[in-house]
Amino acid sequence: MAFTARTAFRWLLGFIVAALAVWMAGCNRAGDAAAPGFRGIDLTGAPYGRGFRLTDAEGRERTLADYKGKAVLLYFGFTQCPDVCPTALIRAAEVRKLLGAEGDKLQVIFITVDPARDTPQVIKAYTAAFDPSFVGLYGDAKRTRETADEFKVYYKQVPTGSSYTMDHSALSYVFDPQGRLRLAMRHEQTAADYAHDIRQVLAGR
Amino acid sequence: MKRFALTLAVLAVAAAAHAQVTVKDPWVRATVPQQKATGAFMQLTAAQDVKLVAGSSPVAGVVEIHEMVMDNNVMKMREVPGGLPLSAGKTVDLKPGGYHVMLMDLKGQVKDGEVVPVSLVFEGKDGKKQTVEVKAPARPLNAAAKTDPSQGGHAGMKH
Repeated sequence: MAFTARTAFRWLLGFIVAALAVWMAGCNRAGDAAAPGFRGIDLTGAPYGRGFRLTDAEGRERTLADYKGKAVLLYFGFTQCPDVCPTALIRAAEVRKLLGAEGDKLQVIFITVDPARDTPQVIKAYTAAFDPSFVGLYGDAKRTRETADEFKVYYKQVPTGSSYTMDHSALSYVFDPQGRLRLAMRHEQTAADYAHDIRQVLAGR
Repeated sequence: MKRFALTLAVLAVAAAAHAQVTVKDPWVRATVPQQKATGAFMQLTAAQDVKLVAGSSPVAGVVEIHEMVMDNNVMKMREVPGGLPLSAGKTVDLKPGGYHVMLMDLKGQVKDGEVVPVSLVFEGKDGKKQTVEVKAPARPLNAAAKTDPSQGGHAGMKH
C-alpha cells in the first residue's frame, strides 16, 4: 500500500488526539485538589529559614520548637511603619478568621527589624492591637541580623528627616506544624491566598 | 452690619476662588503608647495643577510626604522628591500601598477617635503657596485601607 495523503492525515490526526490527551491529563492533575498547588512561593526543602532564637515581650526566650503542632506565619517588620506592616498584620488576623475552627492552629509571629525603637512594651501593644494571639519577638542588633540572614530577609536603616525608616523584605513565611519552612507569601497576595495555602500545609500537604 | 455682611460675602468668594484643593475622607492610623510614627491618609483633588510640598501637625515633630514602593518584595518608604504633584481635577488617593503623609517624632499616643489637625502646604505653578487645614480622625491601628464614609473629616482653608 502506498503512503497516501489519507494515511498521512490519519497519522497527523492520531498525533493531535494523543497530544490533546496528554495536555488534558496535565490540566486535570493541576486542578486536582490532592496536589499541592500553592499560591505562594514553595520553599519546601530550602536550606535556610530553619528557625530563630529570640525574646518575646514577656522576656521569655522563644524558638520555633515552642510552636510545634501549629502552622506558623512569620513576618519581619517594624512598628513605626504606617502602611505595609499594619496591612500585613490585618491580613494575618483575617487569615485566622478565614481558617475558621482551624484558626487556632495558626500562630502569627512578628519579628522586629528595628529593636532600637521597638521596645517589648511597644511590640506587645502593637501585635495585640491586631490579634491578642499574635506573638511579637525581638533580639539585640546582632541577633536580629543573624535571624534575618537565616531567612534571607533584607533590612536597612534609611535616614529621613531627623529620623529614619526601615527598608525591609515584606514576605511572610509559612512553617508547617512540624516546624519545617514551606512557603513565602508575597505582600500583594490576599488573605484568601494565604488561607488557601495554610489550609493545605495544615492538612499535611 | 450690612457692610460687615458684605465684607464677609466678598471674603467667602475670594476664599472660594483660591480653594484649589479639596480634601476628602482624611484619617490617621492610631498608635500604641511610645510608637513614634504613623501615617495620615486622604483623597486630594486640586482645581489647578499644584504640588503637595510640605506638612505640619501639632502632634508630630516632623511631617513628610512619603511614597511606599515594593521593590523585589522589599518594602521601601521614601519622601516624595520635590513634592507630590496633583493634576487639575484628578483625585490622588493617599492610601496604604501608595502615598501617605508621614507623621514622625510623635509627641504622644494617637488614640482611636482623636481628631488630628494636619496642615498641608500646596505650591502652584506660579510658586504661590496655600495651606489647607485638615482635621483627620484617628482610626484603629488595625483599620484596613478601605474608606469609611461614616467617618468623614473636615477640611478648611487658610491663606
